[in-house]
Amino acid sequence: MEKLTSLEKLQERRNAVMAERPEEKPRIIVSAGTCGQARGSLEVYEAFREAIVERKLEETVDLKVTGCHGYCEAEPNALVLPQGVFYANLKPKNVADIVEETIVNNKVAEKYVVTDKVTKESFSYASELPFYRRQQRNLLTLNTLIEPTEIDDYLALDGYAALAKVLGSMSQQDVIEEIKRSGLRGRGGGGFPTGRKWEFCFKEQSDRKYVVCNADEGDPGAYMDRSLLEGNPHIVIEGMLIGAYAVGAQEGYIYVRDEYPIAVRHLRIALEQARELGLLGDSILGSDFSFDVHMSRGAGAFVCGEETALLHSIESKRGMPRQRPPFPAQKGLWDKPTNINNVETWANVPLIVNKGADWFAAQGTEKSKGSKIFALVGKIRNTGLVEVPMGITLRELVYEVGGGIPDDKQFKAVQTGGPSGGCIPEHLLDLPVDFDALNEAGSIMGSGGMVVMDEATCMVDVAKYFLEFLEGESCGKCTPCRMGTPLMLQIVERICDGHGSPGDLDALENLAKTIKNCSLCGLGQTSSNPVLSTLRYFRDEYEAHVHDKVCPACLCPSLIRYEIDQETCISCDRCRKACPVSAITGELKQHNYYIHNHLCIRCGACEEQCPVSAISRLPGHEPPVQEKAGAAVTAAGGERKDG
Amino acid sequence: MDLTRVDEIIDEHTKNGERSYPPVIPIMQDIQAEYRWLPEPALVHTAKRLHVPLVDLYGIATFYQSFRLTPPGEHQINLCMGTACHVAGAPLILGKLERKLGIKAGEVTEDGKFGLDEVRCVGCCALAPVMVIDTDYHSLQGKTDVGKIIDEKRKSDEKVSS
Ligand SMILES: Cc1cc2nc3c(=O)[nH]c(=O)nc-3n(C[C@H](O)[C@H](O)[C@H](O)COP(=O)(O)O)c2cc1C
Ligand code: FES
Repeated sequence: MEKLTSLEKLQERRNAVMAERPEEKPRIIVSAGTCGQARGSLEVYEAFREAIVERKLEETVDLKVTGCHGYCEAEPNALVLPQGVFYANLKPKNVADIVEETIVNNKVAEKYVVTDKVTKESFSYASELPFYRRQQRNLLTLNTLIEPTEIDDYLALDGYAALAKVLGSMSQQDVIEEIKRSGLRGRGGGGFPTGRKWEFCFKEQSDRKYVVCNADEGDPGAYMDRSLLEGNPHIVIEGMLIGAYAVGAQEGYIYVRDEYPIAVRHLRIALEQARELGLLGDSILGSDFSFDVHMSRGAGAFVCGEETALLHSIESKRGMPRQRPPFPAQKGLWDKPTNINNVETWANVPLIVNKGADWFAAQGTEKSKGSKIFALVGKIRNTGLVEVPMGITLRELVYEVGGGIPDDKQFKAVQTGGPSGGCIPEHLLDLPVDFDALNEAGSIMGSGGMVVMDEATCMVDVAKYFLEFLEGESCGKCTPCRMGTPLMLQIVERICDGHGSPGDLDALENLAKTIKNCSLCGLGQTSSNPVLSTLRYFRDEYEAHVHDKVCPACLCPSLIRYEIDQETCISCDRCRKACPVSAITGELKQHNYYIHNHLCIRCGACEEQCPVSAISRLPGHEPPVQEKAGAAVTAAGGERKDG
Repeated sequence: MDLTRVDEIIDEHTKNGERSYPPVIPIMQDIQAEYRWLPEPALVHTAKRLHVPLVDLYGIATFYQSFRLTPPGEHQINLCMGTACHVAGAPLILGKLERKLGIKAGEVTEDGKFGLDEVRCVGCCALAPVMVIDTDYHSLQGKTDVGKIIDEKRKSDEKVSS
């Protein structure tokens, strides 16, 4: 590739690329992020290629493989442009049909479009789908159009035009002012105004400055950043270039999780391409601005998402946070002023520069502008990545975009913000998605994890889950977090095991508040959010565990029992065979199957094996007394000693 | 143990001059990519060449979860314990896998065939609960029999070796 030594050269190249790609030429686009690939999208892509070659259509139609389109539930899927027809849940054998119908006959292959399971309504076009209709896909749309390893795809969509604009016509202060005016706030969790952060770093005097992209994405259940890096690495690089220009940095680092092999590969390719074209390196586009980006791979520690820990990790030390101030803007990487932002924050920057601060500020609420990507997962029909305007309500997100709760179950809570966030109950579903509103409700926006929970989820168990996570991830530097998280965990474990005492809930609450107030870094300070928010909204569940020794959601192993409904049981012996600890007795066809709950380890094997769903979980370790007397009659043998 | 690869890795990472502290994390990552774990002689050698105390490397190896100080299984099973997988029933599946393999999470079976690890979100929550064997993703939704998946893996291995 020829180096682009001036702004004009960049524009020439863009024009050349666009001239080769008439908009009306049909394009088949296969979505292949990590989740798509896990479901076989590369095989589908291969099948498309063969079908096209077989019909000698290579000149007529373009075939593209891109990053994630967000609709994970419908993977593997394909989008056919220019009409925008959307085919879902494809198998390689469907593909020939689609090429024949869509490309040769110019019709929609109705068999493969999305059909709503409930209403039976079918949707041919992506724009009609309820999942996409309410979204505001400023960033994710680009994911559907760009082959991430082709820099020309990005150039064709105004790629690096924002960089050119900045280098050609804006001073450092102009850029900072524009970002400030847009109202962009950090997408990594804290929501700090990005323009102000840049200004701090800009004002520092130093011979060297750095910018850093935080792609550590530690929230277990979220993958927005990964998907951006996989699907559109250049937009992140361009954002960093603009930020570096604004604050006066010469070098940048992207700190990316090593568990994201596709993202790492695409990023590496993108960096090489940008260097080859002279978009990174010395005298970029003929200006006197020089900048390069390195990749630093994370090694698996949640706390390294915290900015000071992350900087230590880039320096090849243990990722332990330190006291702030000094903030990274004053003393960051190798003690030099450093500006650190999240992947999605960086990705928004070129859009703001290109389309203007007013365009961005027109979206969202008063204090939360633009759109935000969420990983909408858990007990929800349309699992996937959704990009919505700030201010949309949680109810709209869960029921309209997400399609509601599957299997006719009841909604219970939505967890936002991952281990630092909290659980929001049904009665607050009309809350707008906005940094401040979520904070007030005791949760946080976080980086975008959104896990929907239904009636079968035990909220005490959820608190326990996050505490286990945080206890393991606490770096151990400060005492409140190192000692406090295991103590909180102990209490919650005790409650789940049925040994909770009436004082436990208050003790837990006190402890949680102490840890919140006294911990060194954000990990400790927010580690009590899962506990405090579940205590606030689901205290009755805690109380059932403590006072009645019952898990209302039938989940905590010590507080439930398994029973066979004798009416439904067909006496097939499958459950007895499946039981790993011989806790089930009974004989084939004798209708005398019985689960001995004092032997049972609550592994669920029998429930899973039962062909007629005769086995169920019931709240409480032992049946209530009156029931017990009745049940004994149907029991096999006389040796029952439950509990 | 032949340490030429270790030397090459160190050379590669230190060729552009030195920072105040050597880039030990990327070096250890590449050593692990080579051997699938961090053998002690490799760490001792690295510490000597970089003039850093061995305890620093040990500290890093134990602080960060991706480093292993013991060899992994021939097949590595990563069971997702992320939030979406947790609410979809991953803990029950962990129990099943542990009983099936006769080991706890973090261990390797006696014959060295299978290692079992818990991981946090492999990024395909739509498939939750998810298990990854080497590079193959398995969705364990509904009544999937994990035991059978392991048995099949064993069998296909035997076929290859015989
Ligand atoms: C425990 C902890 C984990 C964090 N994890 C992440 C993360 O995975 N990704 C991220 O971008 N920010 C994370 N942050 C926030 C960063 O410290 C920092 O605020 C952010 O990268 C700043 O970028 P932004 O202003 O663009 O949001 C985490 C903070 C804490 C305290
Ligand atoms: S939580 Fe398991 S794949 Fe995301």
